Amino acid sequence: MRNRGYYSGFGGAYVPEILVATFDELEDAFEDAKSDPSFRKSYEQLMASCCGRATPLTLAENLSERFGGARIYIKREDLNHTGSHKANNVMGQGLLVKRMGKTRVVAETGAGQHGVATATMAARMGLECTIYMGEVDVIRQRPNVFWMERLGATVVSVRDGSRTLKDAINEAFRDWMAHPDTTHYVLGTACGPHPFPEMVTYFQSIIGQEARRQVLNQAGKLPKRVYACVGGGSNAMGIFSGFLDDDVELVGAEAGGRGLGSGRHASRLAGGQGSIGIAQGYRSYFLQDGDGQMRETHSVAAGLDYIGVSPILAHLQRSGRARFEAVTDSEVVDAMALTMRCEGLVPALESAHGFAQAFKEVRGLAKEDVVIVNQSGRGDKDIFTVAEAFEDPGWRAFIRHKAEQYGARELHQGTA
Amino acid sequence: MALESYIKARRRQRDVLLMTHIVIGYPDYGRSMQTVEAMVEAGVDLMELQVPFSEPIADGPVILGANQRALAGGMTVSGCLDFAGKCAQRFDIPFVIMSYYNILHRYGVAAFADRMSGLGLKGAIVPDLPPEEAREYLNAMDRACLDPILLYSPNTSDERMAYLAEHARGFVYCVARPGVTGAATEFSEELTEYLGRCRAATELPLAVGLGIRDGKGMKYLRGKADIAIVGSHSIRTFDEQGTPGIRSLVQSLVAASAIGPP
Ligand SMILES: Cc1ncc(COP(=O)(O)O)c(C=O)c1O
Repeated sequence: MRNRGYYSGFGGAYVPEILVATFDELEDAFEDAKSDPSFRKSYEQLMASCCGRATPLTLAENLSERFGGARIYIKREDLNHTGSHKANNVMGQGLLVKRMGKTRVVAETGAGQHGVATATMAARMGLECTIYMGEVDVIRQRPNVFWMERLGATVVSVRDGSRTLKDAINEAFRDWMAHPDTTHYVLGTACGPHPFPEMVTYFQSIIGQEARRQVLNQAGKLPKRVYACVGGGSNAMGIFSGFLDDDVELVGAEAGGRGLGSGRHASRLAGGQGSIGIAQGYRSYFLQDGDGQMRETHSVAAGLDYIGVSPILAHLQRSGRARFEAVTDSEVVDAMALTMRCEGLVPALESAHGFAQAFKEVRGLAKEDVVIVNQSGRGDKDIFTVAEAFEDPGWRAFIRHKAEQYGARELHQGTA
Repeated sequence: MALESYIKARRRQRDVLLMTHIVIGYPDYGRSMQTVEAMVEAGVDLMELQVPFSEPIADGPVILGANQRALAGGMTVSGCLDFAGKCAQRFDIPFVIMSYYNILHRYGVAAFADRMSGLGLKGAIVPDLPPEEAREYLNAMDRACLDPILLYSPNTSDERMAYLAEHARGFVYCVARPGVTGAATEFSEELTEYLGRCRAATELPLAVGLGIRDGKGMKYLRGKADIAIVGSHSIRTFDEQGTPGIRSLVQSLVAASAIGPP
């Protein structure tokens, strides 16, 4: 490995010897693709013809009026195929898998969006597919498990550790170590060993490129600020990378969970509770104890419930180029409710972190100003989680009724 | 005595030496100490003591489970180092530490190395730290007169084996097949050819790990490597048969490794 992928000392490639040759091969394939002008073109064509890009930039007039500050534009990754920004990265890596001649992909998933996107790509590209998902997430995101399996993927429920995203990542790496020749690991966020942070950003940067063009067209100016939620950091890196060279403030919203004081959150950069560590192949900020053991994390949004954060975002914080804030579960649920009622948009719980942070801040900006919020995904797929977050009584009655129906049917079949 | 000369001297009496592995604090502090005692009494040549980590990415289900159990039991890094120091004091064989890089990083890499040296340990195995990322670690180990044990794998090129050999000390840990710890290995022609490449790449003793369970593995290694590593299988044996099972496992492996007709 030649370029170790460091950003202000964050990043690197801390990989077991068994994967060194595989990472060399991946880096070569990625460098080769980047320098091939037809590659980006074929990627953008695929994203247009299969995923419906470019996604729109929508002016949220009612919300803007309500807050009375900057005009709020929303980048609509919810309208990307499979319902989130995850497909941008997955389709790009799929093209690389084809170039490398591999036949099988594995992936981790937390919320299930990345798993569904990967299973979709694998079905389209004719690849075998195994998805690793923490047992906790399998339970809270069951509908996505259903879709992954319908799409032909094998879903493995991971029962180790905290049984969430980080444990799914460990298992995906272990699978890759056992099958390095046939298999590619489609890592779903801008974390992990080099070249993943750079490569995932390269594919996700399509968001920022479109958004910059669109905001100049529609608003006639650059935004004052761009907001994105931050799990591992892929949607944030995607939209931020369109504005890195502009006088635009970049704001990342992390999961404040039950509050930073509660210990039940996933804020690695905001609030100073993360510390520098090396895990899952990269050096960045992690939520860990004094011995270096990773702590349990919590968020209402499964996709943000993760111990580490992109080394490139850690670098942007250190250099002062981006700012990070924590948003609590209850602020997120309120922001989501408001967005649905005022705009008829249904952001994913992950994305709603970015909305909530923007809502806190837009009043402080002038009416002529513009901000962009990245709606990284749609929330209607998370109906179980959202209905629970809203404590919706009608939904509860429906589930109870369904359960009774299934129970009665099984009883009937059992006695027949 | 330094690891390399210890191994070479010991090899004059036996064809293949035995290195066993334990996770410190599995299933608890006391019983992991009893396991070490049983292994030493049964004739093991050297031991690898794993400091548990919450994200042991190169370990399979058995060792992963042992890491989690040890942590859930409250095992701390300083508790592990005390344990390792006691082993080095009580038993007359070399001990090396195995852990993941974050454990050393959080402790302070130089402080960790100095502490290992102060406790009488001989070296360390850090499977998620390739030498490209290891300048601080390699310097600290060198200053503390400890051996950084590096890994080879079947897909390591000859060129890279030579590069790794420049930084490795003590012995080289040869992973026998792709994958994590715990699964069985076939003693195939490919494995023989790979061990031949390892042998050609370094003068250091070769230890072969991943999947060795019985005397067959020991016999296979005669003339091909210097040390057999038994990891997951000894944990499985402990789980099924307790300390007596460990004792007879180690005795039978040592018996299979005496000098004699192949
Ligand atoms: C809709 C949505 N947004 C955001 C995220 C967080 O990931 P990242 O920070 O990589 O964008 C996820 C992850 O599952 C997601 O599904």
